[in-house]
Amino acid sequence: MAKKLVKGNIALCEGALAAGLDAYFGYPITPQNEVPAYMSNKMVSLGKAFVQAESELAAANMVLGACATGKRAMTSSSSPGISLKQEALSYMAGMEIPGVIVNVQRGGPGLGNIAGSQADYFQAVKGGGHGDYHLIVFAPNCAQEMYEITYESFDIAEKYRNPVMLLCDGIVGQMMEPVDFNKEQKTSFAKKEWCLDGCKGREPRSIKSLLMADGVLEQHNLDLQKKYELIRKNEARAELYQVEDAEIIIVSYGISSRISKNAIKAARANGIKAGMIRPVTLWPFPTEAIKKYAKPAVKFLSVELCLGQMVEDVRLAVNGVSSVDFLGRAGGGIVSDKDVLNKIMELKK
Amino acid sequence: MKIYNEIIIAGLGGQGVLLAGTILAQSALEQNLKTTWFPSYGAEMRGGTANSTVIISDEEIGSPIAFAPSGLIALNTLSLNKFLPRMSENSVIIANSSMINADEFKSDKRIKFIPISEIADKEIGNIKAANMVAVGALIKLTNVPDLENVTKAVKTAFSKKPALIDLNIKAVNAGYNYK
Repeated sequence: MAKKLVKGNIALCEGALAAGLDAYFGYPITPQNEVPAYMSNKMVSLGKAFVQAESELAAANMVLGACATGKRAMTSSSSPGISLKQEALSYMAGMEIPGVIVNVQRGGPGLGNIAGSQADYFQAVKGGGHGDYHLIVFAPNCAQEMYEITYESFDIAEKYRNPVMLLCDGIVGQMMEPVDFNKEQKTSFAKKEWCLDGCKGREPRSIKSLLMADGVLEQHNLDLQKKYELIRKNEARAELYQVEDAEIIIVSYGISSRISKNAIKAARANGIKAGMIRPVTLWPFPTEAIKKYAKPAVKFLSVELCLGQMVEDVRLAVNGVSSVDFLGRAGGGIVSDKDVLNKIMELKK
Repeated sequence: MKIYNEIIIAGLGGQGVLLAGTILAQSALEQNLKTTWFPSYGAEMRGGTANSTVIISDEEIGSPIAFAPSGLIALNTLSLNKFLPRMSENSVIIANSSMINADEFKSDKRIKFIPISEIADKEIGNIKAANMVAVGALIKLTNVPDLENVTKAVKTAFSKKPALIDLNIKAVNAGYNYK
């Protein structure tokens, strides 16, 4: 099929629809408004569930409820709205409910502004809600990935019975690019032996996160950790770009990885061996990929649209073997390819 | 990389600068080139300024944001003032002399003044087609995407409103053929 020119936010919707989305629950906020708007039309015409909830908190809890019944459900929002959804995310992690949550990030903290940003890394990757849990976090950097990763995220969420977050940004959400809608419509799904779909003819099941009996919660946490270990082993993903001979390796995700790529091309044209490791999953973080290229002669540079969050994980991965620098801007400010190139030049000295 | 054009289309909210951008991006797609389109969004409103950025290349595109634009369409004075400082020596700049006082910018030899709104209003009979006149004028100077693919893009973009296809193609040609 010919490629279609669509916004990242629309590509994301198409990915969810092709994955067999049963229910979308949303609440408006820029820069993700295309998602509820598009879904309000599509879901209804497909005879599926669309609810504009009374709040972000309600929308996230509707995802929890719908997924508990074995359905595929999604909610989307932008940074301030994602803060409001955190209660449900912690509960979903505790109850092992596989929903998909989309954050098209904008500037913060607080209500912030509507410009694209990458300041919610800590929130997405390090917790956000309470308790010892992880979301599986993907960071698409183009419209094609908004489509493909969203499509895939439902399978991954269900495979591990774990909520998945798509950590996007306002720029990737708002920009249009040609997208190849190459996925087959999913119509058959693995049977879920845990879901609450009516207990006629079988033992009743329950899914809960309140585990008061002596030692039960601790054991539950240990079981979760085992699952997280498996996810770390299986799902960490990164795109490597010209790293083999690189003396300077940029680590960057989402929109800033694209800006960085321009800078790397310019650096190479100037005879500087620069490359990039782009985390496609932020949790699990592609620690091994980074570790492999950490050498005393190699300098790392984390480029983010915030004032330094992912850089902490880069430092942990590098573990003192290479130097790690940072370049970023906050509050919707955008690092330019020239800024990145200048920093590369500075590191080269 | 033989082709790399970063184009900003800027004007008043309501002048169709977002649509003009999508037509350019769609044309690039029709021509089998890589393209990105990025809008100003949200805080803009009718009567305020709006802009869209289109990047067209024969190679994978990194940033969708134009840090060193090679082309500008400015449909009103505010937009020309806003983006002129970002343009380089070799940039292609088209300004709408129907809404911009050309005398004020006389010293800047890069700017090509075209009475875009007037052409849309008088020749095409619909002032809303000014954005397409501008697209036609731009591609005359940039050569990429070509007229044939812009025509195809107009047909694709207006496939749900076929009554508007001819008018918009006429507008593109009016801009393209303006001397």
